Amino acid sequence: MHSDLSNRLRANQKRVIKDKIVKYCISSGGALVLVTLLLIFGYLLYVVLPIFAPVTIEAEKQFMQTKNEQLYALGLDEQNDISYQVNEQGVLSFYSLREQDLGALLLTKEMLKQPVAFAQSSPSTNIYLLSNQTGQVTIFKPDFATSYPNDKRLITAKIDYPLGESLIEVDPQGAPITVASFELSEEGGAIAAVTNDNRGLFVVLTATEDMMSEEIFWEQELVELPSLPHNVSQMLLSPDLNNLFVRSGDDLLVYDISNTNNIRIKSALPINALNTHVSDIQLLTGASSLMVANENGVISQWFEVLKDNKRTFTFIRDFTADANVANIVPEYFRKGFLTTDKKGYLSIFHTTGNTRLLNEKISDNDNLSVAFSPRANAILVIDEQKVTLFKLDNEHPEITWSALWQQVWYEGYPEAAYIWQSTSASDDFEAKMSLVPISFGTIKAAFYAMLFAVPIAISGAIYTAYFMSPAIRTYVKPTVEIMEALPTVILGFLAGLWLAPLIENQLPGIILLLLALPLSVLATALLWTLLPKNFKQKIPEGIHPLILIPVLLCAGYISMSLSGPLEMWLFDGDTRMYLTNELGIDFDQRNSLIVGIAMGFAVIPTIYSIAEDAIFSVPKSLTMGSLALGATPWQTLAKVVILTASPGIFSAVMMGTGRAVGETMIVLMATGNTPIMDWNIFEGMRSLSANIAVEMPESEVGSSHYRVLFLAAFVLFIFTFIFNTVAELVRQRLREKYSSL
Amino acid sequence: MNKWFKSGTPWIWMTGGAVSLSLIMVIGLFLLIGWRGLSFFWPATVYEFDMLDRQGNHMNVIGEIYDSETVLKQQLIEAGITGLEDKGDTLERYLIKVGNREYVDLDFQWILETIIVEKHIPDNIVVLERTKNGNFYGYIKAFQENGVDIKIPASALEAEFSTRLAITKALKDKETDLLKGDIGRINYDLDRIRLKQRKLDLDGQLTEEKIASFKAQSETLQNEYLVLEKQLFEYRTQALRDAVVITDMTGRDVVMPIAKILDFYLPNKMTFLEKVQHWFHQTAKFVSDDPREANTEGGVFPAIFGTVFMVMLMAVIVTPFGVIAAIYLHEYAPKNNITKFIRIAVINLAGVPSIVYGVFGLGFFVYIVGGSIDQLLYPEALPSPTFGSPGVLWSALTLAILTLPVVIVSTEEGLSRIPSSLREGSLALGATKSETLWRIIVPMASPAIMTGLILAVARAAGEVAPLMLVGVVKMAPTLPVDGNFPYLHLERKFMHLGFHIYDVGFQSPNVEAARPLVYATSFLLVTVIIGLNLAAIGIRNNLREKYRSLEH
Repeated sequence: MHSDLSNRLRANQKRVIKDKIVKYCISSGGALVLVTLLLIFGYLLYVVLPIFAPVTIEAEKQFMQTKNEQLYALGLDEQNDISYQVNEQGVLSFYSLREQDLGALLLTKEMLKQPVAFAQSSPSTNIYLLSNQTGQVTIFKPDFATSYPNDKRLITAKIDYPLGESLIEVDPQGAPITVASFELSEEGGAIAAVTNDNRGLFVVLTATEDMMSEEIFWEQELVELPSLPHNVSQMLLSPDLNNLFVRSGDDLLVYDISNTNNIRIKSALPINALNTHVSDIQLLTGASSLMVANENGVISQWFEVLKDNKRTFTFIRDFTADANVANIVPEYFRKGFLTTDKKGYLSIFHTTGNTRLLNEKISDNDNLSVAFSPRANAILVIDEQKVTLFKLDNEHPEITWSALWQQVWYEGYPEAAYIWQSTSASDDFEAKMSLVPISFGTIKAAFYAMLFAVPIAISGAIYTAYFMSPAIRTYVKPTVEIMEALPTVILGFLAGLWLAPLIENQLPGIILLLLALPLSVLATALLWTLLPKNFKQKIPEGIHPLILIPVLLCAGYISMSLSGPLEMWLFDGDTRMYLTNELGIDFDQRNSLIVGIAMGFAVIPTIYSIAEDAIFSVPKSLTMGSLALGATPWQTLAKVVILTASPGIFSAVMMGTGRAVGETMIVLMATGNTPIMDWNIFEGMRSLSANIAVEMPESEVGSSHYRVLFLAAFVLFIFTFIFNTVAELVRQRLREKYSSL
Repeated sequence: MNKWFKSGTPWIWMTGGAVSLSLIMVIGLFLLIGWRGLSFFWPATVYEFDMLDRQGNHMNVIGEIYDSETVLKQQLIEAGITGLEDKGDTLERYLIKVGNREYVDLDFQWILETIIVEKHIPDNIVVLERTKNGNFYGYIKAFQENGVDIKIPASALEAEFSTRLAITKALKDKETDLLKGDIGRINYDLDRIRLKQRKLDLDGQLTEEKIASFKAQSETLQNEYLVLEKQLFEYRTQALRDAVVITDMTGRDVVMPIAKILDFYLPNKMTFLEKVQHWFHQTAKFVSDDPREANTEGGVFPAIFGTVFMVMLMAVIVTPFGVIAAIYLHEYAPKNNITKFIRIAVINLAGVPSIVYGVFGLGFFVYIVGGSIDQLLYPEALPSPTFGSPGVLWSALTLAILTLPVVIVSTEEGLSRIPSSLREGSLALGATKSETLWRIIVPMASPAIMTGLILAVARAAGEVAPLMLVGVVKMAPTLPVDGNFPYLHLERKFMHLGFHIYDVGFQSPNVEAARPLVYATSFLLVTVIIGLNLAAIGIRNNLREKYRSLEH
């Protein structure tokens, strides 16, 4: 007996423990929903945040050099393992930046005795030129070889001579060169030089390949530069060999050198900022932008802009450093650059982002030598004898608040604009990632969809909830609601391949339909009132829709068959041409009208269902009271029911908007997906969601593009979150109100 | 009149009109998809047109009338077509599917009714379905065996064609079986041996004898393969023996190897019953065949399989979580702010755009979770990813989050319909809460859970946007389930009906030819989804009735 009881107690204890475990499991399961939502939010944010992370530099390695020299050039290899410098004695030296032999001299060679001028090609090729007293130059490239002995990467320094080791004669008269500029690629190159007797020389280098030996020979051709100004301070060649920039004090001359037989001055203009003088000019990667540094620390960007069918060199924007800029160093592959000024501040800028990303004092010295590493993840600074390698964390300089949401004047564009164009074939392409046009597209698509859906869905909901006979309601409501289950890919497909050509061909009919449908309903209503009472009494109440279906079908058929004649009569037989030519409205086959109809179709059931519930659950006591006081059904509806249910209807519209904003497939399939900004109903758009669907599979993980696409998803998430939460809160409050009534 | 407007009657009619319009749109849409989708399999009459072109030359065109439209004479004259002066204001224009893609410039041609001299329906026109280049229309002329003509009486041509086609088909089936079966297995095994060796190498356990053993294994497989390959080539040469000579619309004789022909039929000779039979046959082929020619021909079997498999996987994942969350919300959750937050989270999970789930799935599941799995479990296959690239598992997980609210809402609705007297009775008899749940509540709510599950499946089956990021491809070489160990390949990419529609309708080079196929696929998808929804509604209504009777 006793043991029986204790057994039972033990069994009970087991049950209690089991109960507790179940409770714990289920509660954590419930919390999982919240966790999931937070995880999505958190993860999106985690991917997005790095684009807004501040740029930082951090001294990583440091060593002292034996001598304090004036340098012509400074550079690094891709892995930041080896640095090189060309000093004013014409000596090229390589130093190690590796931990194990930091500061060791790896290779050194005198490239030219007593050089008088120096020039450098664009950073991505990094070839150098030194000239001597007698008009001759040497051209060399500090280069690196990578090998893997013992499975470890080893980088060794070497010197390359792209044009051969022998000196190249630039000035046949043998005068010393004072200013030089130079550019070289595999196909050809050029050297521009000014001699001390102020002659401008231009040497065109052409590569020819020997068919048999596959050796490359370089041929040179000398041309004189016409009308060269006195005291040339600086010359720059664009890497595409189309332009030669010559600066003389504050004035800039742009030579058109694309045709070497006809070198001419394209434009001449002052480029200094207000009340100051130019100190340096430098080309940005891609060679379309010229950065001009002024003595007061203002750096201005200039490029050619097509205006009135003429390319003119135009001031675009400026940046401010703290003091007189000593160096401008462009990045190798991006549109960024850094400056050091006379107060020892290092600043990093990006042109598209239009910002100063970093401003940090790194020295008290006013004469620093700086270089970017090729991957822009480090900066090498020589401050007298002290060599410092700074680690640079600057992954996404081009993405800033202003680049995403404000107008940006992109290279080659006639004016500042909102543009989305994320990728291109070329490397030095300036990515245009403004979220404005695609956000606009989203709003445009949602707007036209709501324009179509809201009237139909809400009127339909009102009728179904308030006037319809219950017998029909049980069939009608699920039928409309089942539309919600239709895959949007099917709606998109029908919109793109069936509706779009139909509307294009029958545009007058469609416009006519807009008038014909309501008018035919009104006409039927009028006819109905004129019908004899006896007959009407036999017909049950609340079946208007059934009477109207054939009427609407007829109206639709008549409008469609009138489309052709109407087109002949009003629009000269081709509405599309008429719209474009006479009214100046562009017409795309897949346009906002199509999206509006298809997406409207998709959101009708959402709005209809919620609004119908709200209206239907208005307490009967309210309507009864109103009717008892003598109001007509319509007055009761307008003054009592709709007012009471209006929060519910509002929340229905919010939910519908949320759905329209996020819808992907319909927009993807029913528009041309061109990111244009225009309210024209006959043109397409690109929405945030379609943009993600199109570009996400091709974007490189971790790149700026990838993160901006995540940002687009984040924007969508936040947007729908707000809409849904507001709608849900409104609905909850309404429910409480009803239950209290 | 003014009074009439004031009375509100016209507005009531207008609201009624909105309902009518919605109904017309829904039903019209179903009818449109149904008609276009189903008529695709009906054997269309093939016509032979005798036409006079503008230079006065006779032209012969054989083809199906695919579409027709009425055009205004004015438009045609503006487009530079002459000789229409004496015709009426509007003219009929036909889109003819002429097939024979490799011999004509355009396999769809617009023909104006005015240039048609005569239209016949010849009985013995044959339609060939081919492995490449779409349909071929013509007349059977003769047969060849190894390039030599065989004499066959004209009356027996059809029967001969059937027998020869059957023989060739049997050979081709053998070839496919061999390729997909044994040869596929050998390739799979070879790859596994390579990975095993690499794994041992990475672990530093690769010894000489193991290398030798691997080598021996692969050599055996290689030898096996050589034998099979010989067999395969044998089948191929045998299949190429027969050819049929077909006269096309220009009167040219085309010699076509029977191995390139899938099926043939003579639509103009068919009786109605035969046409019905043919329709069923074509429909069956559509759901059971693999796609051909960049998905624009053939069937959609892999897409059906992929959709069903992914959705089933998703159902397995989503059901427990959804049900537990619903039970928590309805049975356990206290009335406080956290519960309110969870409810808002449920609504938001339902409202977040599906593409956002896709982005999340790609970043989180594929790159982070999948990438980590690869690092830990499949280092030997790196750098080529195993789970670190989009696949069916990630798709199922992503869609499971997406459909979680559907299951929660539906289950909770079911729970709320169970009268509380039942719970109280159970508790009063001494059962713990968990026992009440397990023995009373969950069994009673199971139809509601079922409803939620069905709705979730229906939602998932139609969702495409997130899948484009997390695992769907236009053409998957292998199904996620096959005969090679471990039989389930959750890392593989898959095909999906919804994506198939998008891909074929919008990305294929010959949209005109592919369009009917897209309608058929759409019809299939819509039928499945609407069917599932109707089933869910049915179960739900049934449940409501049941509990209503319980309450009294």
